[in-house]
Amino acid sequence: MNKHFEIRKFVIGGVAVGIIFIYLIRLFTLQLWSDDYKKNADSNAFRKEIQYPSRGLIFDRNGKILVYNEPSYNIMVVMNEQRGIDTLDFCQTVGITKEDYIKRMADIKDPLKNAGYSRYTPQLFMSQIPAKEFSLFREKLFRFKGFSVQKRSIRQYSDRIGAHILGDVGEINARELEQDSDKYYQSGDYVGKLGVERSFEKQLRGEKGMRIMLRDVHGRTFGHYQNGKYDKTARAGKNLTLGLDRDLQQLAETLLEGKLGAIVAIEPKTGEVLCLASSPTYDPRMMVGRDRGKNHQLLDKDPMKPLLNRAIMGTYPPGSTFKISQALVGLQEGSITPAISFPCSHGFNYKGLHVGCHGHASPIPLVPAIGTSCNSYFCWNLYRMLNNRAKYGSVQNAMTKWKDYMVAMGFGYKLGIDLPGERRGMIPNADYYDKAYKKSWNGLTVISIAIGQGEVTATPLQIANLAATVANRGYFITPHVVKAVQDGRIDPEYKRKRYTGVDKKWYEYAVAGMRRAVLGGTCRGADLPGIEVCGKTGTAQNRGHDHSAFMGFAPMNDPKIAVAVYVENGGFGNVYGVPLGALIIEQYLNGKLSEASQKKVEHFRQMHIKYPDYAR
Amino acid sequence: MSEIKTKSPLLRVDYLVVLLYVVLLVCGWFSICGATHETGDTDFFAWEVRTGKQIVWIGCAFVLGFLVLMTDDKYFDMTADLFYWLMMLLLLVTPFIAKDIKGSRSWVNLGFCNIQPAEFAKCVTALAVAKLLNRYGFTMTDMRCFLRAAALILLPMVLIILQKETGSALVYLAFFLMFYREGMPGCFLFTAVAAVVYFVVGIRFGETELPGTLSSVGEFTVLLLIWAFTLGMLQVYHPRSRTAPLFLRIGLAATVVSLLVSTLIIPFDVSWVLLALLLAMTGQMLWQWLGERVNTGLFIALFTLGSTAFLYTSNFALNEVLEPHQRTRIQVLLGMNEDDRAAGYNVNQSKIAIGSGGLEGKGFMNGTQTKLKYVPEQDTDFIFCTVGEEQGFVGSAGVLLLFLTLILRLIYLAERQTSTFGRVYGYCVLSILLFHVFINVGMVMGLTPVIGIPLPFFSYGGSSLWGFTLMLFIFLRIDAGRKRT
Repeated sequence: MNKHFEIRKFVIGGVAVGIIFIYLIRLFTLQLWSDDYKKNADSNAFRKEIQYPSRGLIFDRNGKILVYNEPSYNIMVVMNEQRGIDTLDFCQTVGITKEDYIKRMADIKDPLKNAGYSRYTPQLFMSQIPAKEFSLFREKLFRFKGFSVQKRSIRQYSDRIGAHILGDVGEINARELEQDSDKYYQSGDYVGKLGVERSFEKQLRGEKGMRIMLRDVHGRTFGHYQNGKYDKTARAGKNLTLGLDRDLQQLAETLLEGKLGAIVAIEPKTGEVLCLASSPTYDPRMMVGRDRGKNHQLLDKDPMKPLLNRAIMGTYPPGSTFKISQALVGLQEGSITPAISFPCSHGFNYKGLHVGCHGHASPIPLVPAIGTSCNSYFCWNLYRMLNNRAKYGSVQNAMTKWKDYMVAMGFGYKLGIDLPGERRGMIPNADYYDKAYKKSWNGLTVISIAIGQGEVTATPLQIANLAATVANRGYFITPHVVKAVQDGRIDPEYKRKRYTGVDKKWYEYAVAGMRRAVLGGTCRGADLPGIEVCGKTGTAQNRGHDHSAFMGFAPMNDPKIAVAVYVENGGFGNVYGVPLGALIIEQYLNGKLSEASQKKVEHFRQMHIKYPDYAR
Repeated sequence: MSEIKTKSPLLRVDYLVVLLYVVLLVCGWFSICGATHETGDTDFFAWEVRTGKQIVWIGCAFVLGFLVLMTDDKYFDMTADLFYWLMMLLLLVTPFIAKDIKGSRSWVNLGFCNIQPAEFAKCVTALAVAKLLNRYGFTMTDMRCFLRAAALILLPMVLIILQKETGSALVYLAFFLMFYREGMPGCFLFTAVAAVVYFVVGIRFGETELPGTLSSVGEFTVLLLIWAFTLGMLQVYHPRSRTAPLFLRIGLAATVVSLLVSTLIIPFDVSWVLLALLLAMTGQMLWQWLGERVNTGLFIALFTLGSTAFLYTSNFALNEVLEPHQRTRIQVLLGMNEDDRAAGYNVNQSKIAIGSGGLEGKGFMNGTQTKLKYVPEQDTDFIFCTVGEEQGFVGSAGVLLLFLTLILRLIYLAERQTSTFGRVYGYCVLSILLFHVFINVGMVMGLTPVIGIPLPFFSYGGSSLWGFTLMLFIFLRIDAGRKRT
């Protein structure tokens, strides 16, 4: 009987072998086939605790602090430990409503909003509570079981100035995370959003550190993995010293109150930006802490566009300030000589074309033409250059030559300032006009560019840079905001002299013309006692009221400052441009303002221009 | 012969099994070290820690094994019934005297330690069953004999279920493997396997729609399987009957035609066609049975009907009879419910732990998953994770092969027994071992349902260790004292 069934021992043995065989295959797939499980295990067991470095400080050129860090506090809660809280007391202490409290608690537990939720580890309840509000909470902390605080820091600003230059930091957004090729940032990190905070983000942020902690299934940590062999200490961010003069910046912003426009001042020798004001501006402190999002939205929706840094983003017709560049091109290319005179009968009249001018002696040579800003002179200049077929062969070639000089002087392309968002302005070229006029055009067609109108546009920074080029007699250094980085070098590009291709001797005529404008021409308001100021007004025609512009530098023979002022719809150049520019020069060169000047400051501060185009 | 018998059993014991036993115990102890201690701990031997206690349990187990080997083997046969009924009594009272530990009432406090009687009941039941089958005139194929043997097994099962230890109760199903060896018709096992297949396929693909039709893939596939199994049985038991080839052709034609009609003309539930086919086959077989009185026809018809009924009741059972947590476990196991945080959490974590071991593992005491308590019950039911994580594929495959060697060796030993008692008992032991390894390792790797039963010789705990030691050494003693021909 049993012999009959003895064969079944093979079945049973086969079952045993089969089971073990299947299990071996399973082991193989689990352990050797893919390393998914290994990765999973690491993310399970290691908690990477990030050590945040302190962000670098920002100083002005005289060592005055502009931006620093201030402690702020995050309120954390361990859900498993919080119980018996007097909710009413709690809400009053931190200044939230009961509904808010319930919502925050629910959000913490919501896996969609808080992916890394654990009942056993501190979870963020409220973030960025300023030190003042926090002190009350700290006193009562012992009553709120399960709550704790985490110290972080937020940016703080010493003054209400320089929002456009300094910029701000905010939580990194999805797009920025995507562009972060080094994978340095994590969601929730803070990153520079505007100004130097953004352009010098890498230097300011420092280097995050990391501690790899072992954690158990409940998320409780157990000390360092491999005794900290793989830990990394945080390195603090580098301090920045700006070329900015705090007092000058303060003055520039005061002068622009109630107006749209910009004031830019550059140290010609170094290219350092001494002040860069754009109006309207805003208090940089608005962009700190919990209200950043709300305030940013508010500013973003403002029709006056306070977030727009007009000094580098506003592209305006440069108007008569542009004539200096025209004089230089003309001299270099020989379309004019210092001695040649052109007639001006209330303007430029040729072949039925009329470009108006104001009344002055006629005919006049170059230096007085600059001094009185004679339109006719510069129209003749450009016309003679563009229509010189003998020299250039065609109007297109002449245009290209002209354009090359303009570009060499810093127009038409971004100058390359170390701030985000710079615009390039517009210098038309031959192609542009070929397209616009179907190849049938000549010097007369485009004559308005001779006086900084028409297609030509420039940023106030480019205008200030032109002044710096004249001050340097032939070259400029790319304007830049950051003068020095702690333990680091600034880009050598900010040391290099960029020559314009116009000889130094021709610049002397431009300087003489600009000096003449101050002494007896359009810029008489800029004649400061004891300072040899050179200047040039600009009155840019506009659909509405003219824009008021000024560019200048001083002192004439050892220039320390080059400045450009641009006030939208400010009227003639000498209404706003000249006096504002003079005040800036006086403040910077004297370190203070005379009493009369202080009154002037107060006067201009009160002068508010109406902007019907920006109706709210 | 009597001269040989007087030789000490210690000299005649099968030392390969003893060696495997010791090696498994040592591996087990080191795994418990890995599972309970943190990196850097050295205090493995203190009474306060589990490794220290396990050393004591292992020491006791050696003493127990030695004592068993010193016992006269005739007592095992003689006292089997007595111990069986005493054990049943103990199992009966256990829920009343036991404390509630994690919802189960199976632990009896002996003052210095807790003992789980269920772990010893396996051994005692095996002895009692062996004694019953050893009786003169006992035939497995006789229904009454079979039912008596089955009753001996069902009684402790029921009593253990009352202690809310369903896992330990299911272990008794292993005895059916021994029954199979002793002559239980193979179709019983086949039916059981078929039921599992129906259940898994029917539930897993119950909601999936067969393209082009209105039928569920699960239902359709299971009906096809029943049809195929029925035809196979007809072919095996009635090789000369022309029913099987006839129904094969009819079935194939009907299936193909109905699938075509459903896809091309009008979609309908093709399962109805198969169902009608199965009913026709059953009717034909019952008709034959009534005419010719061939019992196999009746059995096959019952199999077909039963299978069909099982298919349609399993869904109902899953949703209405099982507890919600049991239902979730089954759904997670079948990959229908991806709830890694709740029901699937343990298994997922244990798979991660094993998978992270790689080829050579992270080394003794270097596992992070088990150290940091990601795996639940890591020193008892989920001990195999620690082996997988710290010793890698090499170590865990090695452990599986050790178990396989032990089981194959036990089959060899069981087959060389001269008495039915010895052979039956041997098969009981190896079947139970196989069942434990099958379920425990399978559950840790996510292949079998999570049934809380320990891995023999590995899992921490005295009761389980002593239970297996007792069981194994009684068999070794019987083997040592067998009559040689």
